[in-house]
Amino acid sequence: MKSSKAKGNKLAESTEQLEVLEHGIHGNGQTIPAFDEMLMKHGRFPLTPVSTSILQINMGKMCNQVCRHCHVDAGPDRKEITRREVMGFCIESLKKNPGLTTVDLTGGAPEMNPDFRWFVEQVFSLNRHIIVRCNLTIIVANKKYNDLPEFFKQHNVEVVSSLPFYTKARTDSQRGTGVFEESIKALKMLNEVGYGKEGSGLVLKLVYNPAGAFLPAAQLLLENEFKHSLKKDFDIEFNQLLTITNMPVSRYLEYLLESGNYEKYMQKLLDAFNPAAIQGLMCRNTLSVGWDGYLYDCDFNQMLELKVDSTVDHISDYNPEKLLSRNIVVNQHCYGCTAGAGSGCGGAIIE
Amino acid sequence: MTGLYTLTIINNFMSNHYYNAEDLGKFGSITEFQKAMGDKFFEWYGKVFEEGDLTAREKSLIALAVAHTVQCPYCIDAYSNDAFEKGWSKEQMMEAVHVAAAIRGGSSLVHGVQMMNKVKEIAM
Repeated sequence: MKSSKAKGNKLAESTEQLEVLEHGIHGNGQTIPAFDEMLMKHGRFPLTPVSTSILQINMGKMCNQVCRHCHVDAGPDRKEITRREVMGFCIESLKKNPGLTTVDLTGGAPEMNPDFRWFVEQVFSLNRHIIVRCNLTIIVANKKYNDLPEFFKQHNVEVVSSLPFYTKARTDSQRGTGVFEESIKALKMLNEVGYGKEGSGLVLKLVYNPAGAFLPAAQLLLENEFKHSLKKDFDIEFNQLLTITNMPVSRYLEYLLESGNYEKYMQKLLDAFNPAAIQGLMCRNTLSVGWDGYLYDCDFNQMLELKVDSTVDHISDYNPEKLLSRNIVVNQHCYGCTAGAGSGCGGAIIE
Repeated sequence: MTGLYTLTIINNFMSNHYYNAEDLGKFGSITEFQKAMGDKFFEWYGKVFEEGDLTAREKSLIALAVAHTVQCPYCIDAYSNDAFEKGWSKEQMMEAVHVAAAIRGGSSLVHGVQMMNKVKEIAM
């Protein structure tokens, strides 16, 4: 399996994706209102941030999986990864800004970055809360990753793991053949060192993404189903389920277009628009750092190459005051975060 | 000329068929002609599908089966989406449709007893 970029797909380019998002599939205009107009209608334009407390660092597009819904277009053939120099800028920013309380590491598979463990150790020594977005299968992909659960435990990492569903059919349809079984093995390894176990203090959260062109059901409803089924079928435990809406970006956008679902999905997002979700949007308290150190309002803007609207646009120049006065860059994909109960990397916004 | 003719046929077809998928999204507008009753219906409808002694997930599967019994294309559209979103598998959803179909079939067949009774009454 190759990434869209390696396949030479036109949609791998962010400009092509923005063309579809802004001008529709026929190039004659979107059938749904512009997101900024929607914000205006609800008195929330321009969208502005609150103090940044979460630094979400995308450590690279390299991944052992090639998922159909991936907004990063990650895969084994992607070589863009964060170098130590950029990690150094992040560490400097953390040292100078105690308000940055959480470091959220994502990718690709961040663990594949050769400096991943070094960076986690540095951040841990700064006494910050660390989140690692782990795709699970990386833990069993190679012997050298088998001790990741122990490494996570030693550094009190919160593990947030993707598992689209508690059945093989739905998981493999989104993430590739065999992913479900490998994920179950990895979850058992995490449970063995205490992750997800009551009283251990080691937090294991699972992430649910719909495997198709539909929206997530209520987070708590699905969490109950996941907990019941994973316990019954595999004796697996976890702390919380986060439901995340798929964004019409990159490979998920490709899927929507290829399956003829694009316009219906955008309409679905619009119909489910919930102004109450705006207040808690993750772009308001999170800053996204690209593999090369550039700054974005979120990981989705990062993949669309929509940099922050600020004179400070690189982590080497991090300046919280200047960044606080910026306006958040929005586009049509933002409807994904305001649909239904709202969505972000922390799951549903309104429980 | 052929293109215009085809377009006319399409336009006629569009304006002359009974079901339109977009009408599902306009369901709420039934209050336009009868507000008080419509409002009461939607309030009750919302309450019915809340978590209760049956879960919202179980109710969704029941709704899917009933949608097939009443053969309502709007309801089938809505509850195929809803049941799948709520985590029912394709196999479970089809089993629910079989339950609906079995009741429909059984309902016809059980009336066969009535037919037999009548025939036995009149036959020599």
